[in-house]
Amino acid sequence: MTTVSPGLWTLAWRRLRADRVAMASLAVVGLFLLSVVLAATGFVAADWEDEVAVNYAPPTFVGLDPALAALAQPQRPVPPNVFDPLAGDIVELQAQLAKHGHATHLVKKTTLPFGADKWGHDVIRKTIKGGQTSIVVGLVAAFVAVALGTLFGALSGFYGGRVDDLFNWFYSVFTAIPSILMILTVAAVLQTKGVLTIVLILGLTGWTGPYRLIRAEYIKHKAREYVLAADAIGASGWRKMFVHIFPNVSHVALVQMSILVVGFIKAEVILSFLGFGVPVGVVSWGSMLNEAQNELILGKWWQLTAAATAMALLVTAFSLFADALRDALDPKLK
Amino acid sequence: MFAYILRRLWQMLPTMAGVVVLVFVLFNWVGGDPSYLLAGKMADARAIANIRAQLGLDEPWYVQLGIFVRQIATFDFGNAWATGEPVSHIIQSRLGPSLTVLVPLTVLETTIGIALALAIAFVRGSLTDRLVMVACTVGMSISILVYIIVFQYGLAYKLGLFPVQGWGEHFTENLLRYATLPILIGLAVSLAPTLRLFRSFVLDEVGQDYVRTARAKGLPERRIVWVHVLRNAAIPIITYVMANLPALLIGAFLLERFFGIPGIGREVILAVERSDFPVIKAITVYVAFATMVFNLLADLMYRAVDPRVQLT
Repeated sequence: MTTVSPGLWTLAWRRLRADRVAMASLAVVGLFLLSVVLAATGFVAADWEDEVAVNYAPPTFVGLDPALAALAQPQRPVPPNVFDPLAGDIVELQAQLAKHGHATHLVKKTTLPFGADKWGHDVIRKTIKGGQTSIVVGLVAAFVAVALGTLFGALSGFYGGRVDDLFNWFYSVFTAIPSILMILTVAAVLQTKGVLTIVLILGLTGWTGPYRLIRAEYIKHKAREYVLAADAIGASGWRKMFVHIFPNVSHVALVQMSILVVGFIKAEVILSFLGFGVPVGVVSWGSMLNEAQNELILGKWWQLTAAATAMALLVTAFSLFADALRDALDPKLK
Repeated sequence: MFAYILRRLWQMLPTMAGVVVLVFVLFNWVGGDPSYLLAGKMADARAIANIRAQLGLDEPWYVQLGIFVRQIATFDFGNAWATGEPVSHIIQSRLGPSLTVLVPLTVLETTIGIALALAIAFVRGSLTDRLVMVACTVGMSISILVYIIVFQYGLAYKLGLFPVQGWGEHFTENLLRYATLPILIGLAVSLAPTLRLFRSFVLDEVGQDYVRTARAKGLPERRIVWVHVLRNAAIPIITYVMANLPALLIGAFLLERFFGIPGIGREVILAVERSDFPVIKAITVYVAFATMVFNLLADLMYRAVDPRVQLT
């Protein structure tokens, strides 16, 4: 008869299950991730760029804005102008648009469940689509940063000596420059806007935190008996590092990643807000806040509220979950 | 002590060299050729060659690196590309406004943070403690952009309590009139993470033996927390604040931008927007050097306040 003793992950999951705050925040994070998947595959919010309502249509619960109601009527067709040299082209373009499902004289709504932006885009759909950009950037950049940090930390901690000196020098150079300045400097140098650029900027500058912790773990583990045993059966350096040791330190990498995701989502929002982030035509929470800043002066508060609330909700849930994950994976702490 | 400082400065050299090389590589290889940018829209080959010669871009890389090192050593980065203003003058004149906001902000943040952290540690584990910690987590998850946009709109634009933005000529006018709202917003944003961190420093101390001894000899809890614990918790707090000062100089860039404060942070943003490489290069290198120096100062201070620490 054999009894299987529960491993690290089973135990951690049990501790996490017992923590109500952790489960609630996990549910919230799960919902956001689901919306990202649905938005990315086109089931939700694919049509966020349709101008479904009048400009700045207020949320339904606020009520109709009479000044905007007049815009809702379909435009009366302009009487044909025989002198218009482009008339033929325009008719052709409109026919093409109609074929692709974009009706030109759509009746526009005067209110939407959570209002519309400057162009009449539905704010809820825009927030979901913007969330897709921000969350994907946060996740991928955190993955890049943790992957780099783990690789450097493993090499540095496992081999020690000259290799360790080299990476430590690298580390001290990168940490001498404050991270936000580093991010802005790289943004200035790269000059190309795009989702990939932000991921690279954040990923290439954010590896220092995971590096330090992973390196410490490798120094601790490389002298343990199971690594000596692996050495005795002739396992190669890479095999010892990533097949034998890595599973035993992977929880550190996971916790680091969940912490970095939060920081990177915040950083992406700031970068996009400043105009160093997502390109024109891509919506993210940062670009929404940028538009919302000017809208607020006109009294149109709904886009700001939508983007800010969505972001605050996700970041709160994600940080609470990251804290709970750290406690669950490392019960000695606290 | 003197030997220690000398050794630390000696150890700084490779890191400084690393920072210089990193910035050099970023701007000279990753960044591409700035002469097309400078020559403008109607550039001909001769104008571009002329600019390349002026910037030293037609020289081999080691000569260019030499030029860069000389610029750093002599504090002479030439003129900013966008405005023609000397870079050294830009840095000097932008430092004052930045410090006008940052010094009061840091002092207030640290004082209030310590007071709150000790007060919270006084009731640790209670409902108040947990509610404050949840409030901190929620407060930290709202983007700094939202704080600035909402406070600037509400307090300055709608209620008219503060100027919406601007900067004057006199120090007192700046501090009392223009810097007040940015400092308040900075405080609102930074207090939550500061409080969380300081609380953990304080909680590290309350389990120590000397606290038990103090209790055993009958000292009131208030005296234990505000005198005995505070003195010991102050050690990590001081080093943390010291080591973070240079980063703060850049960290307030959003406040400076929104409120039109002509500080270092706003200058960095402007330089990134205009691809003004000399300005960014100079600020990056000097802030990195300042970070290293302040780290050393933090370590020295650590020793000054904690006689147990032996610096070797």
